[in-house]
Amino acid sequence: MENKKEMVVSAIENGTVIDHIPTDAVYQAIRILGLENYKDELLIGNYLASGKLGRKGIIKIKNKHFTKEEINKIALVAPFVTIINIENFKVVDKFSADIPDHVDNIVRCANPKCITNAEAVATRFEMVDKETLKMRCHYCEKFTTRETMKFIE
Amino acid sequence: MSTLKGRNLISITDFSREEYLEVLDIAEGFEANPKQPILTDKVVATLFFEPSTRTRLSFESAANQLGARIIGFSDPGATSLQKGESLHDTITMVSSYSDLIVMRNPKEGSARYASEVATVPVINAGDGANQHPTQCMLDLYSIRKTQGTLENLDIAMVGDLKYGRTVHSLVQAMCNFNATFHLVSPQELKLPSSVKMSIKNAGLKYYQYTELRDIIGTADIIYMTRVQRERFPDQMEYERVKDSCILTADMLKGCKENMRILHPLPRVNEITTDVDNTPYAYYFQQAQNGVYVRQALMAAILGVK
Repeated sequence: MENKKEMVVSAIENGTVIDHIPTDAVYQAIRILGLENYKDELLIGNYLASGKLGRKGIIKIKNKHFTKEEINKIALVAPFVTIINIENFKVVDKFSADIPDHVDNIVRCANPKCITNAEAVATRFEMVDKETLKMRCHYCEKFTTRETMKFIE
Repeated sequence: MSTLKGRNLISITDFSREEYLEVLDIAEGFEANPKQPILTDKVVATLFFEPSTRTRLSFESAANQLGARIIGFSDPGATSLQKGESLHDTITMVSSYSDLIVMRNPKEGSARYASEVATVPVINAGDGANQHPTQCMLDLYSIRKTQGTLENLDIAMVGDLKYGRTVHSLVQAMCNFNATFHLVSPQELKLPSSVKMSIKNAGLKYYQYTELRDIIGTADIIYMTRVQRERFPDQMEYERVKDSCILTADMLKGCKENMRILHPLPRVNEITTDVDNTPYAYYFQQAQNGVYVRQALMAAILGVK
């Protein structure tokens, strides 16, 4: 199974594979992880067949490893993601992402009257309910949820 | 030295129960002796980005009575804000001109942000529909003064419980004092579930009503707020419920002796004027208490009390 995937998006010798990304979240995940300007091999596969998701996205980043905290940020868009650390073409570590307790400067505040929507203020949220992604704005104290969540472009 | 020195007051939950009580104790001293020249070397900036009569005058009166100098504005139209200056830049500049900033701004969260930008303490005098903590402090002061305690009281909150920020803050603050809450509002304007959750989390009880009459005999405090016509999408509905949260003098028969009526003001018609002359009306003294509480907050934050 693993070999089959690697045939579609070629294997990397050393780095990170982010698997099981929803197809509509691949480019958001790249942005959230700050990989738009990554200066090494970055392989993106999308709409690949997946037993788990039907269709999925995958990102392979050569010569880069992430902290758990960095990975948790993409749990907002890709809750069932699998992170695979690769060294010498071998899987050395595998883990999933957890919804973070704090969401900093990733999401807009859904309250149009919030100061963060009026001035150049970095948004900050405290996660209140991980099921619904209900988070309280550090500034206006109003809630943003999965339904009202918009990512900062 | 007080834990309040150098602190910001942005949201009522920024202070602990002990800190509320400390402010109320200091305020009592100012009520007994309001003119104390203890801030003569201080400059207080009052930045009012939207009009406010009571709050601004109350803060400025408080600062004046303590001998502080006041700078600021009450009409942002006459300032560099009209040229498009950001809140960030205004606060940075004013920080270097003053020892304390008092700010009202219609943007929600602006006070928290200002406190992060400022190099001097910030007191939130209202940030849109979000928080107005000094109003809450004066409500607590008024409750303690009229009841002799904040503990174990039956508090009735009446009117617009959905949008009324003073209601939300007071409920949160009173959750520290084992209150029982009686919530009277039209169906459309019930207390938000997040605030009800604060009551539940504190292990306290609340009861909901649609008729003000039902709580008159139970309450120690009746906290009245205005039901605004524009909150109702359906004007017929407004017409139907608009009288259910109006308090008249003849309704007060059977109330407790110690019961007092509070209102953050301005009042429109939700308390008829015949209530004003009853011993239960306390809303004008309540507004006056705002000066003592704001004196206490400024003195404690500036480290002179």
